[in-house]
Amino acid sequence: MKLTRDEVEHLGRLARLSLTEEEKAQYAAELSDILEFVEQLQEVDTTDVEPTSQVTGLEDVYREDAVRACDEETRKKIIAQFPEREGDLLKVPGVFE
Amino acid sequence: MNTITDIRKALDNRDISSQELTRQYLSRAKEKNPELNAFITICEDEAMRMAEDADIRMQKGVVGPLTGIPFGIKDAICTRDIRSTASAKVLDTYVPPFDATVIKKIRAQGGVIIGKQNCDAFGHGASNENSMYGPVKNPWDTERVPGGSSGGSAAAVAADMCVYSIAEDTGGSIRQPAAFCNLVGLRPSYGRNSRYGIMPMASSLDTVGPITKTVEDCAIVMEAIAGRDPFDATTVSDSVPAYTQLLHEDIRGVRIGIPREYIVNAREEVLQIIEKAADRLRGLGCEVMDVSLPHTKYAIAVYYVVVPCEDSSNQARMDGMRFGPRGRGANLEETYLQARVVGFPPEVKRRMMIGTFALSHGYYDAYYKKAQQVRTRMMRDFEDAFNKVDVLLAPTTPGPAFKIGEKVADPLAMYKEDVFVIPAAVAGLPAISVPGGFINNLPFGVQFIGPRLTEELILRVAHHFVL
Repeated sequence: MKLTRDEVEHLGRLARLSLTEEEKAQYAAELSDILEFVEQLQEVDTTDVEPTSQVTGLEDVYREDAVRACDEETRKKIIAQFPEREGDLLKVPGVFE
Repeated sequence: MNTITDIRKALDNRDISSQELTRQYLSRAKEKNPELNAFITICEDEAMRMAEDADIRMQKGVVGPLTGIPFGIKDAICTRDIRSTASAKVLDTYVPPFDATVIKKIRAQGGVIIGKQNCDAFGHGASNENSMYGPVKNPWDTERVPGGSSGGSAAAVAADMCVYSIAEDTGGSIRQPAAFCNLVGLRPSYGRNSRYGIMPMASSLDTVGPITKTVEDCAIVMEAIAGRDPFDATTVSDSVPAYTQLLHEDIRGVRIGIPREYIVNAREEVLQIIEKAADRLRGLGCEVMDVSLPHTKYAIAVYYVVVPCEDSSNQARMDGMRFGPRGRGANLEETYLQARVVGFPPEVKRRMMIGTFALSHGYYDAYYKKAQQVRTRMMRDFEDAFNKVDVLLAPTTPGPAFKIGEKVADPLAMYKEDVFVIPAAVAGLPAISVPGGFINNLPFGVQFIGPRLTEELILRVAHHFVL
């Protein structure tokens, strides 16, 4: 599978990556190589083979549905990480313009 | 050699205090770091505080196997109050408010954190060249890579800048650098150690484990960090065996299989090392035979579909909104783009786009689902092999450490470096790489792979093998 420059631009937009013209050309070539390489999976007969999404065999691991308080020191440390804030609130750009 | 075992004795005999020891390690780490670039952060003040605390514990007689011993941590693992970047600028200012569970366990014993180690950004790579904090040099030959993604963790132990490291292995990131730096590296079974606080790459494959100088040290660290964690729902409740004691039981009668697909195209020097290893194991009373894992050749293709898919979902959280530097854009979307364009190196971008593509409508079945089906067939290969043998012996890598810059222009060539470490990862199996010999004066590793949750067995075989 070959990816075009336009397809790479589209993928970049979906993944929230802004790409320069140079990058678009470079990634079109590199990603096409990778996709061509993984094409070999089509040789393998997987009729009636279940896909594996996890290997532990664990099922339905539950925990108690209870609220656990965060200690004050940790709370302050989390807030201190905010790139922008107003008081203890996280400030973000508006979602709707 | 400054092993955990030897240092424990010295500390317990009061030959040295943890503060003296930590000062020595800090000064060596600071002296060697400009050349090797193994650490992104050396946390001198925190280390000295932890050492002081460890000395008090030891005076009181509250001593665990790791009390007072300086260690390093891959920077993709969260450490409370110590900056954790994952080697990506998108997290340049991130100081976690919590410890990863495995780190919490070592801190609870009084372990001393020397610093945070350079790696490929978010664990993406096999050479440490995808770090946004510069490449790491291999202490055995500074023109060569230390391996990746946990390259800083291996280089730091090899240069004795710390006694051991805690690292992360998704497709080989512990074993391959351990092999390139003549060390021991264990990837545990998926589910054996908690990943809580490990920055996720591919959630169905990520594991955390030790890089050490000896197998005995590896067993000591595993005993400290393994076990179920309510914060990681994939951890299993099976009790943690006494690895350090079981290590010494003999290995007579253990059946060792050499998968022919791992040596069919091997270079002459690799074949010689594997033959020598087989002879050594026969001498120890093991039975060595040939086995087959027919789907080995598809491992890289499976991995480079499954990983980017899971990875692209996981990386969505890196948006500069809640932590790390925020971009400056005219609107929300521009702000996201800013944070991500300066914060991610090319390999992260490649993986996110491959993942976004493979998961998109119309392609899911052909890529992600197909890869997960081939993954099932690879797991069956291992099951068949483990009906005949107890443990597999294989080279860890196709060759020894390559030169810095040698493969950086060709992503596929870099991916192929992981051909022998990926299969065990895909199947969730434990695997340990140990020093196997030298090729052109460079270290070369061999690995032992066991069925799920047989860390005890592969540690024991590895221990007798290197003795």
